[in-house]
Amino acid sequence: MRRNPRELYGLWRKTSRRALLLGGAQVAFAGVLGWRMANLQVEQADEFRLLAEENRINIRLLPPARGEIFDRNGAVIAENSPSYRIIMVPEDAGDVPAVLNRLRQLVHLDPEDLERGLQEMRRSPPFLPVTLAEQVSWEDVSRVSVNAPALPGVTAEVGLTRIYPQGPDFAHVAGYVGPVSDYDLNQLQDPDPLLRIPRFQIGKVGVESKMEATLRGKAGAKRVEVNATGRVMRELDRTEGRSGADLQLTVDADLQSYVQARLGTDSASAVVMDCNSGDLLAIASSPVFDPNLFVRGISVADYRSLTDDPFRPLASKSVQGIYPPGSTFKMITAMAALEAGLITPDETVYCPGHMELSGRRFHCWRRGGHGHVDLQNALKQSCDVYFYDIAVRVGMDKISAMAQRFGLGIRHDVPMSAVARGLAPNRDWKPRVRGEDWLVGDTANAAIGQGFVLASPLQLAVMTARLATGRSVSPRLIKSVDGIEEPERAGQTIDVNENHLRMIRRGMYAVSNDRRGTAYGSRVIADEYRLAGKTGTSQVRNITEAERRSGVVRNEDLPWERRDHALFVNFAPAEAPRYAVAVVVEHGGGGSTAAAPIARDITLQALYGDTPPLSAYPAKDRSRIEAQQERLQREREDRNRRESDRA
Amino acid sequence: MSYLEYSVKAVPAGLRKVLYLNWPLVLLLCSVAGVGFLMLYSVAGGAFSVWAEPQAKRFGVGLGVMMIAAMIPIWFWRNLSFLAYGLSIVLLLAVEFFGAVGMGAQRWIDLGFMRLQPSELTKITMVMLLAAYYDWLPAKRVSNPVWILFPLLIILLPTALVLRQPDLGTALLLVAGGGGMLFLAGVHWAYFAGVIGVGAGLVTAVFQSRGTTWQLLADYQYRRIDTFLDPASDPLGAGYHITQSKIALGSGGWTGRGFMQGTQSRLNFLPEKHTDFIFTTLAEEFGFVGAFSLLALYVLIIVFCVASAIATRDRFSSLVTLGIALTFFLYFAVNMSMVMGLAPVVGVPLPMVSYGGSAMLVLMGAFGIVQSAHVHRPR
Repeated sequence: MRRNPRELYGLWRKTSRRALLLGGAQVAFAGVLGWRMANLQVEQADEFRLLAEENRINIRLLPPARGEIFDRNGAVIAENSPSYRIIMVPEDAGDVPAVLNRLRQLVHLDPEDLERGLQEMRRSPPFLPVTLAEQVSWEDVSRVSVNAPALPGVTAEVGLTRIYPQGPDFAHVAGYVGPVSDYDLNQLQDPDPLLRIPRFQIGKVGVESKMEATLRGKAGAKRVEVNATGRVMRELDRTEGRSGADLQLTVDADLQSYVQARLGTDSASAVVMDCNSGDLLAIASSPVFDPNLFVRGISVADYRSLTDDPFRPLASKSVQGIYPPGSTFKMITAMAALEAGLITPDETVYCPGHMELSGRRFHCWRRGGHGHVDLQNALKQSCDVYFYDIAVRVGMDKISAMAQRFGLGIRHDVPMSAVARGLAPNRDWKPRVRGEDWLVGDTANAAIGQGFVLASPLQLAVMTARLATGRSVSPRLIKSVDGIEEPERAGQTIDVNENHLRMIRRGMYAVSNDRRGTAYGSRVIADEYRLAGKTGTSQVRNITEAERRSGVVRNEDLPWERRDHALFVNFAPAEAPRYAVAVVVEHGGGGSTAAAPIARDITLQALYGDTPPLSAYPAKDRSRIEAQQERLQREREDRNRRESDRA
Repeated sequence: MSYLEYSVKAVPAGLRKVLYLNWPLVLLLCSVAGVGFLMLYSVAGGAFSVWAEPQAKRFGVGLGVMMIAAMIPIWFWRNLSFLAYGLSIVLLLAVEFFGAVGMGAQRWIDLGFMRLQPSELTKITMVMLLAAYYDWLPAKRVSNPVWILFPLLIILLPTALVLRQPDLGTALLLVAGGGGMLFLAGVHWAYFAGVIGVGAGLVTAVFQSRGTTWQLLADYQYRRIDTFLDPASDPLGAGYHITQSKIALGSGGWTGRGFMQGTQSRLNFLPEKHTDFIFTTLAEEFGFVGAFSLLALYVLIIVFCVASAIATRDRFSSLVTLGIALTFFLYFAVNMSMVMGLAPVVGVPLPMVSYGGSAMLVLMGAFGIVQSAHVHRPR
């Protein structure tokens, strides 16, 4: 087909025009692309550079090693020990249920741990490892390693676990750690990022909890490069954290262990305090529990059995248990009256067995009465009427003030959980708190440590130490932090008449050493280690007039929870006091029979630094004591063997 | 102008043809391919054998194909147009029935030594047939509606087949390339204005009707359109890729993070980093300077093609050169817009740089035709 040249020229012109137009449009669009490049790469470059860095860099916290806890002689109370756990990376495992099934045939997996792990798996991305079992034995670890080809994504990892080698002996003092909970996190204003690490362990109870800041240390951090799936490619740099500081307690692990063993399975508590430095050598509470159970999360059944026990093993009775101090309070009443100048030590009061106060009859524990008694006799025989009489004369406010000077009704600074304040009420307290008038009968009740007065065994030990030394000794539990000694707490002089104190001490000496003293049965016959003590028996029920007429029901015939509390406080040696001891046996009956023997044994153990010689005991008790010593020795050895087996 | 009209004397013959090749264009193509090898070496983490080596081998073959095509007179190619188009339609149908499924779509036929994507071939053969058609069509019929129906059929037949694969990106490229050919051939403005007007009206109507009583599409279809247009609304799906791609580009800055130092690509934050998203790696590692240089190379290729097209009086040569240049432009423009977040993500490779055999071979063959037009231009 021939075409004429003009037609062709026209077409060529048109196409060329349009070619230039379209070519121009293409170049213009390329200009837009170039502008966009400049926009992204030049103007917003910093912003995108930052985003790229955020993409690739992850900051991982390096948990610091927790500070360890030692007793005053360097025995380990809480330590970190390497432990194996089995972890699984769901992504690498592929078929998770199948791998779990195979794993279950090889090692025992705790159903609760497993459930927790599966929950974690659902929440977190598949490349993050999930813990399936903790504190796994070496055999299990090797079984997993040998079968690695059949268990993709499953590996054993070594980590640090808190171990309490002393087991139950320090359960209440040191407490325990546990995985941080949502509740813990909500309690804190600005939680340490460390706490966000799943299953990071923090102190839950006791020294572990109260000294958390010291023990935890400071987290380190490492910056790692991750790829798009979050896998770590390499470590860029790291800043080391600081390990937690080690703590040394004032407690003597040997003595603590003896005291726990001596308290046995009773619901009881005991405190041994150094009179001169305030050091707490033992703070025991029984029954006990094993803090190691809590570290990895206690099973529901175990926990239930602890909370359902009427003897409340979880409670640290030595500091949080508060009891009517009973007759152990009488020293305070006496001091208040002496200091007020209202009585002299020689003045006698007639005790017919009861006393009438504003129409109510207040009984002495001895129905027949004590006759004429002076201060020393009143303490020695624990005559109630004598103290009713002087208390009514001196008034509650002075008694309350004196109680506080001797460490009752105030909260002592001891890093343990729920340290109780107790109660040493004055006359204003009752109207303020209960909206009722303070009655003279309330004063009489308080005079013998009943009614509203409440004290913890720790407070009673402090009171006794202050009576023994005349200084406001305060309890010290932390001996040193990171090797730096904490100041002792010997305190200033209490500023009371030394003669008055001497009178009280003489009365307490008589309690333990005079033939008619209430604790004569639990005396020490080694001259250099004589005790000066005071028994206490505090009622937890009202005795009706009808019961009094027909004869008061004996403790042994009452149900456990209605029996009297048995208390005993003492210091020793009487001549040059070194230790103050307080023992409370909940619903134990009489102080002289239930508490005093325990206190005497504990005191001798502390004084001798080991099993005391039988010669320290009265001759007729020796065979019984020897049997008891052998039994305790055996029990402690058995337990130590079990502990070391487990370790 | 039929080949009979060519003055044989005016056209170089024998080995002399080599001297008349469009050498700057050859150089430009080699440079772009060189950038490709470099980037493929980088995204493979410094391994030559993974992607760069096969790509280089194919480029060598492509270069040979281009040279041979350049030596063959342009009228031979024009006469081959109809056959070539017919063959690509047959291949598209074959993909429909025997094709392998890749990336969720049927796209290639396994020939044993290479995987052939007929849709790539079709882009070029369609341009060739359209050029031949308008070379044949008398001037006064160019804007005649009846004579426009044929080219529309030529465009829409492969488009429909490609859409069935489904490969939306290639379908759009076919429509845009074909439309461009019609425009270049001199079809009247009013047609383009009309089509664009109706299209815009339809899109407006679809969007306006949303949420009204006369809603034109179902809700889920609107949602699908939303994610297509605005990937950021689906940050974990398509939006993730675009966001990461923009981060990679932006973090390159002026001069880039250095060869093989791009964290976004090295740490796999980029999707398809050796194919559709290879430009982001270049931009990340060589920065604005590197990215803009590649763009400049591409623009120069277009400029040389347009210049060559205007220089010839042969209508087929001119149209086929412009059409191939336009196809080439559409490739890189859509790909770059996509990775820079200016266009939705459709699978379009970066020409001569992205890893891939048939696209590279087809393009080199097409540039062979461009060279042939250049060599056999009446002088």
